[in-house]
Amino acid sequence: MTNEFVLEAITREFPESVISSSEPYGMLTVEVKKEDLKKIIHYLKDSSLEINFLTDICGIHYPEFPDREIGVVYHLHNMMTNFRIRLKIFMTRDDVEVDSLTELYAGANWMERETFDFFGIKFKGHPDLRPILNMEDLGYHPMLKEYRLEDGTRTDKNDSMFGR
Amino acid sequence: MKDNSLSNILNQYESKEQIDGQLYTLNLGPTHPATHGIFQNVLTMDGERILHAEQTVGYIHRAFEKISERRNYAQITTLTDRMNYCSAPINNLGWHMTVEKLIGVEVPKRVDYMRVILMELARIGDHLICNGVTGMDSGAITGLTYMFVERERIYDMYEQICGARMTTNMGRIGGFERDFTPKFHELIKDFLKTFPPRFQEFCNLLERNRIFMDRTIGAGSISAERALSYGFTGPNLRAAGVDYDVRVAQPYSSYQDFDFIIPVGTSGDTYDRFMVRQQEIWESIKIIKQAYENLPEGPFHADVPDFYLPEKADVYQKMEALIYHFKIVMGETDVPKGEVYHAVEGGNGELGFYLVSDGGRSPYRLHFRRPCFIYYQAYPEMITGSVISDAIVTMCSMNIIAGELDA
Repeated sequence: MTNEFVLEAITREFPESVISSSEPYGMLTVEVKKEDLKKIIHYLKDSSLEINFLTDICGIHYPEFPDREIGVVYHLHNMMTNFRIRLKIFMTRDDVEVDSLTELYAGANWMERETFDFFGIKFKGHPDLRPILNMEDLGYHPMLKEYRLEDGTRTDKNDSMFGR
Repeated sequence: MKDNSLSNILNQYESKEQIDGQLYTLNLGPTHPATHGIFQNVLTMDGERILHAEQTVGYIHRAFEKISERRNYAQITTLTDRMNYCSAPINNLGWHMTVEKLIGVEVPKRVDYMRVILMELARIGDHLICNGVTGMDSGAITGLTYMFVERERIYDMYEQICGARMTTNMGRIGGFERDFTPKFHELIKDFLKTFPPRFQEFCNLLERNRIFMDRTIGAGSISAERALSYGFTGPNLRAAGVDYDVRVAQPYSSYQDFDFIIPVGTSGDTYDRFMVRQQEIWESIKIIKQAYENLPEGPFHADVPDFYLPEKADVYQKMEALIYHFKIVMGETDVPKGEVYHAVEGGNGELGFYLVSDGGRSPYRLHFRRPCFIYYQAYPEMITGSVISDAIVTMCSMNIIAGELDA
């Protein structure tokens, strides 16, 4: 199974859904429309491609791109042929909602909870969307870029002097 | 998806009479000797039987992913060591391999073999503790005390590489800080000679022990299908009968050079998980022997002056070395933009690093795929309907390590 073959299969099945594709460090990476994500993952799982193992879900935040500010990255795997693929979706800050994969993969439950916890991404259809590693009344999503690691109110340090 | 809520479970009982007594709630953890870390299980019990389990994690969450966004690539090493602290070198070296993939560095063959030796030693140490503790949690503490001695010998070897024993800051981007010391060679030769008979003694103690088998066979079993749906990898998946191992499927660090097999189980229960780990220890010994006997001569690090600190003596005498030293320490080295996912076979299963670089001194985003985090969500399903003593042996046979669970 090659990157071209899988990309062609996805493009053929969902011609309207694929936004872009690339192969950073050899791994096929496809950005898709978020409304179609679940359909595509369902197709990858149940079709003859047999990309049926959900390796990982995580979020990412690009504050400098307001129209695609919040992203979710999915890593999937076909263990038989050892083929890995990365799917990405992006959304604006005021519409951070995407379909949950818990119906397809039991393991998506905690991965999505973790992503919600850190980035505030809501997963539609998730049975129990609560923060998982942070406390429930934290009130914000700490992996977003606006929360700096160091205390943002400190004035006694100037990081720009150190190339940061 | 299976509805595991308490109301659904209670609805399965046609009448109240089917429940023997009054239900009660038992807090297993957060700090309990059998939980192997700080996390909580709230069990709804009917006598000894578990009707419902709900777990809470996050008690030791240390925000490693966030911290990584402010540290340079070399400084993240110490964070990775503190995830699965039972096999720190695997996390440590896995991270360096990820960075090497990003910056496009090819390491010398000697580094690959040294990495294989250390990662397999770490796997042995990890499995020894997991299996020793499985024995202890089923009432046989002797095996654990035997195997702690062996793990100490592995730690003695780590100490020769980096000075530390548990959280081992041993790797560097491009290789190792130093070569194996003469004392290390002595220790590993002795280990390869004397460990197998001692380990055999441990095997004899438990593997065919009637009481141990009664306690573990059928306890906390999970089917291959469910395990895959949950995202299981490593020994826990192999115990359910799926022969997936990152070392074979996607070889890194010259694993393709070595001859070893992937042990698999059939039923995915506690005994199978125990046995898969036992057999993996034998395989790891095989790999270490092959790697050590064929250890190539040559440098113990790649030529990457942008990332590998120069010799201290050179820093004092040579201008280039001083410049490179300054650039590395101040994190001013150029890193390519891009994203990379690298997976290694950790002590527990597929340990993945997803790294997004924007060319800055720190990763733009770093996500760890931690196998413990994946396993633990299946725990309620694995213990519902069983008794509490099964729940204890199930938990330790899954090798739940709080550091990796919470990251």
